[in-house]
Amino acid sequence: MSLYELTAHALHEKLKNREITAVALVESIYARIAEVESHVKGYLTLTKDIALEQASHADAGFQKGDEMPPLAGIPIAIKDVICTKGVRTTCGSKILENFVPPYDATVMTKLHEHGVVMVGKTNMDEFAMGSSTENSAYQITHNPWNLDTIPGGSSGGSAAVVSADTAVCSLGSDTGGSIRQPAALCGVVGMKPTYGRVSRYGLVAFASSLDQIGPFTKDVTDCALLLNAICGSDALDATSVDVPVPDFTRGLINDVQGLKIGVPKEYFTPALDTEIADSVQRAIAVLESLGATVEEISLPHTEYAIATYYIIAPAEASANLARYDGVRYGYRNENPEDLIGMYKKTRSEGFGEEVKRRIMLGTFALSAGYQDAYYKKAQKARTLIKSDFDAAFEKVDVIATPTSPTPAFKIGERTADPLQMYLSDVMTTPASHAGLPGISVPCGFVQSGLPIGLQLLGPPFAEEKVLRVAYTFEQNTEHHRQKPKIQTNGVV
Amino acid sequence: MATITTDGVRHVANLARLEFNDEETEHFTEQLARILEYIGKLNELETDDVPPTSHIHPHQVFIMGAQEGAAHVAKPDVVKPSYPREEVLVNAPEAEEGYFGVPRVVDRSH
Repeated sequence: MSLYELTAHALHEKLKNREITAVALVESIYARIAEVESHVKGYLTLTKDIALEQASHADAGFQKGDEMPPLAGIPIAIKDVICTKGVRTTCGSKILENFVPPYDATVMTKLHEHGVVMVGKTNMDEFAMGSSTENSAYQITHNPWNLDTIPGGSSGGSAAVVSADTAVCSLGSDTGGSIRQPAALCGVVGMKPTYGRVSRYGLVAFASSLDQIGPFTKDVTDCALLLNAICGSDALDATSVDVPVPDFTRGLINDVQGLKIGVPKEYFTPALDTEIADSVQRAIAVLESLGATVEEISLPHTEYAIATYYIIAPAEASANLARYDGVRYGYRNENPEDLIGMYKKTRSEGFGEEVKRRIMLGTFALSAGYQDAYYKKAQKARTLIKSDFDAAFEKVDVIATPTSPTPAFKIGERTADPLQMYLSDVMTTPASHAGLPGISVPCGFVQSGLPIGLQLLGPPFAEEKVLRVAYTFEQNTEHHRQKPKIQTNGVV
Repeated sequence: MATITTDGVRHVANLARLEFNDEETEHFTEQLARILEYIGKLNELETDDVPPTSHIHPHQVFIMGAQEGAAHVAKPDVVKPSYPREEVLVNAPEAEEGYFGVPRVVDRSH
């Protein structure tokens, strides 16, 4: 196996035993990038100089025989929505084409403290709005399993680079499913921690009551290691919650005996691809055969989650994106007639269509005369959705569902119909409303060879329990070991 | 729930500081109407007695509308250095003498 194919925990052993150097690992990753990145197009910015410098630093520590953190010297990719000091951060938008943050997001500061090596910044739907990464103002990212299909979104670049072995792991952000859905579609592990677990200081805001940063990894062990590095309350983010952060590797227990797994009947609708339904049912049967108790549960308000989401998220986005006015950073129209004209031209030229659509939807939902009928109604529906989960977790430890109703779809297939695209998130938005921790782990493939994800959800701050079920599943199956064969000679 | 007209789209666009030509206005009116029709599904829910959720950690309330028993998350009021002015202004499309520059807003003729 080449170095670039290995997990972070396997690489850590090699680094610790001085079998390899972090610099050699960076070179291996960059050789892989040279081989496949022109086909996958997962990165917006590559930071090889920074990577080599950070790798040398890690090597110096290993050389001295210092006690090095598990992620020291490990190459990671960062979604371009997370501010990186001195490195362009575009959010996939023209409006931030030349934005170079003067500071690091708290997650970046934490990763630096752990000696992690930054490979580059990954492609995404503009301002994290989308389910296919086709809303990027820069490029289309291709799913490594089939280059004609999308990688999911909005963190499509972060999922694709882990799948393509052009990064060992990555960070993304999840508002309505933007980590879990692309993880499922690209056949990697992706986790959204509990709302408030990870500081969002330096995460460019989309929908503040929902946004959360989380990891993409090649296996559940790496997921726990990355959570250990990024979780914790932060004085710079008042929405980060001051609760003790456990050592998440304690959740890596290969045993589900005594755990109750709830399977919500509302997720198995006719709209669910039958191959996915079968695969997820088989995955649940595996967990049952390993000693978990499985019971059918009901989350009756599931069908309202998308409608609720497409009020709350755009409403919050319309407020958050008001800051892009051409004054302090980003694009500005050069020929305005006056100040208001400058705002309007700057925003109309700088934002892409989906972002404008959501700003319009959100501004409408918050406008005089409509706020109670839309925004307040959605907040009440959110209470009902959250109450469904509260009641379910009285009875079960973890909830198992499909992550996505379909496998990766063809590039261009859903771009003409925004509503159709929105429905891609039907399995992930309910847990977002309730702020729950959720993971997607590979659980099989459809006939055409595209990966399927199993979504596991837990009560707030019960990441360890979710990891335990995910880890047990992984240790007793082989799906996560499959690698895509990227068609580097094909027509793209 | 109401639907949206082209006049409504023009009004909302102005509120959002966006501008569209006639073709775009038609396009957005059509799409937003369709999305709002789907969202109308929420009217099936009886919510008169349901409290709204603005945030999932009710024990932490940051701004207005503190719920019973909620803890306010407040930092001690201590002055700390901020980012250097010149570093912050690096990203500004127009900066002058340590300030952000904008098109003239004061009419000199008065």
